[in-house]
Amino acid sequence: MSEDLHNLYQDIILDHNKRPRHYGALTDYTHSAEGFNPLCGDKITVFLIVEDGLIKAVQFEAACCAICKSSASMMTEVLTGKTLDEAESACQRVGQLLSMDMDLTADLSKDGEIAALAGVRKFAARIKCATLPWHTYRSALDG
Amino acid sequence: MQVDDLTVVSDSSTFDYRRVRADFPILATEVRGKPLTYLDSAATSQKPQAVIDAVQRYYQFENSNIHRGVHYLSEQATDAYEATRAKAARFIGAADQNEVIFTRGTTEGINLIAHGFTESVLQAGDEILITHMEHHANIVPWQIAAQQTGAILKVAPVDDRGVLDMEAFEALLSEKTKIVSVVHVSNALGTINPVKNIIAMSHARGVPVLVDGAQSIPHMPVSVAELDCDFFVLSGHKICGPTGIGLLWGKRKWLEKLPPYQSGGDMIEKVDFEGTTYKGIPGKFEAGTPHISGVIGLSAAIDYLNGIDRDAALQHELALLASATEQLSAIDGLRIIGTAPEKASVISFLIDEIHPHDVGTFLDAGGVAIRAGHHCTQPLLKRFGVPATARASFAFYNDFDDVERLVTALTKMKQFFC
Repeated sequence: MSEDLHNLYQDIILDHNKRPRHYGALTDYTHSAEGFNPLCGDKITVFLIVEDGLIKAVQFEAACCAICKSSASMMTEVLTGKTLDEAESACQRVGQLLSMDMDLTADLSKDGEIAALAGVRKFAARIKCATLPWHTYRSALDG
Repeated sequence: MQVDDLTVVSDSSTFDYRRVRADFPILATEVRGKPLTYLDSAATSQKPQAVIDAVQRYYQFENSNIHRGVHYLSEQATDAYEATRAKAARFIGAADQNEVIFTRGTTEGINLIAHGFTESVLQAGDEILITHMEHHANIVPWQIAAQQTGAILKVAPVDDRGVLDMEAFEALLSEKTKIVSVVHVSNALGTINPVKNIIAMSHARGVPVLVDGAQSIPHMPVSVAELDCDFFVLSGHKICGPTGIGLLWGKRKWLEKLPPYQSGGDMIEKVDFEGTTYKGIPGKFEAGTPHISGVIGLSAAIDYLNGIDRDAALQHELALLASATEQLSAIDGLRIIGTAPEKASVISFLIDEIHPHDVGTFLDAGGVAIRAGHHCTQPLLKRFGVPATARASFAFYNDFDDVERLVTALTKMKQFFC
């Protein structure tokens, strides 16, 4: 087993893939959007309840790979309870962690579990899998 | 080749695949520190040294434009280009080399015909008949043709094995049908369609047939004369040639009827601001400087394929398919999508709840290259209720070690994810 592969499928990722948090449709959502990756057919739906600029709840449904699903699952944990500005900062941080150009060192203590996503950037074909939930969150907000 | 002609022979000893493998330099390389196990030939085939050399030789010693120079190199390039047209015609069993058009590939070939039918055949209420197992390249151009003309796109269904429902197909043929466009071998499932029956059935009602040969000609010799199709399209890069070059063959009466697809230099007889007259076929369909080096490479690829025993190569592929199918089926939780009795060496599969992308990435870490995704056949995968599959495809240069490495890697993967 290669080291890169272990960095990609870290235990955090495998855990979120097996037991995705906040999984399932919300009926009383205020915002929702579907995201597709036309390259591979991955599909995700993100549901939000936003009140007074605060994200009260995030849930998702998906037919997608382990990277996409775990990224979405972590996203629900990160975004819940955040203001929209804080949420946007978190989105940007994920983008930076996945950037091959920036090649940042992820910090588990500072970044929390999303630090595990940094392992994805060695696999160029999979970066879009990790970013899809976050892009879909933004589309939901944009309505 | 007709389905009935295919017989599975387990003994592939007549075909020396070890010698053939040595012709493909990339097969001796490593990826990610592991020997390359290339099981993605349905996406693109690897190239023998002879093709690589031919393209290099052209650029190094022969480079020149065609059909327009009086100098030595231009004459040489023109001769080589036109000689390839004749060679390609023989390769697909066509009697008339002027019925062969060089294209960018299968996609462009289908677009050219769909455009021509939009301009000069289809009327509102006419019908276009395709099948549920088409590649997007044989769906979208016809959708656009239907939108532009008011014609209706009809789709013949497939059963749970991935076999075309021929009764339903026949029932969908009507006096309104103006074109049947059908895939010869399914890229996603490997199903070999009974195109000869389809053509006979369609012709009995006066309907022309386009055969998408992108995935058939890599596996088996094809004769357009024997099939009696009206159009046949293929991609050079899937038959050991370069990317960006392909062939469209069409019956003269059709090619003469259809209008130019693109226009410009080299496709005209005379240009005047008052009006322009076009060349006859094939020039009418080849505007601009063509992909000359691609044609040179394709010529070398055809020579290469003519130099191997293609029937024995097919038997070798079918032996690989049989071995892989047996071993993969024995893996707990693995499901093969596409179990038609007549199949080319393509296996689409799902394994437990592991997403095909994760399968692809895991196998890649072990040097095993497969395709993961929807294979540009989203309606077909929707028919099977899955968004994506993993696909291993075998060419004549694969061997039984490749099968074994695939099976071993999948077994390891199950331990990792499950």
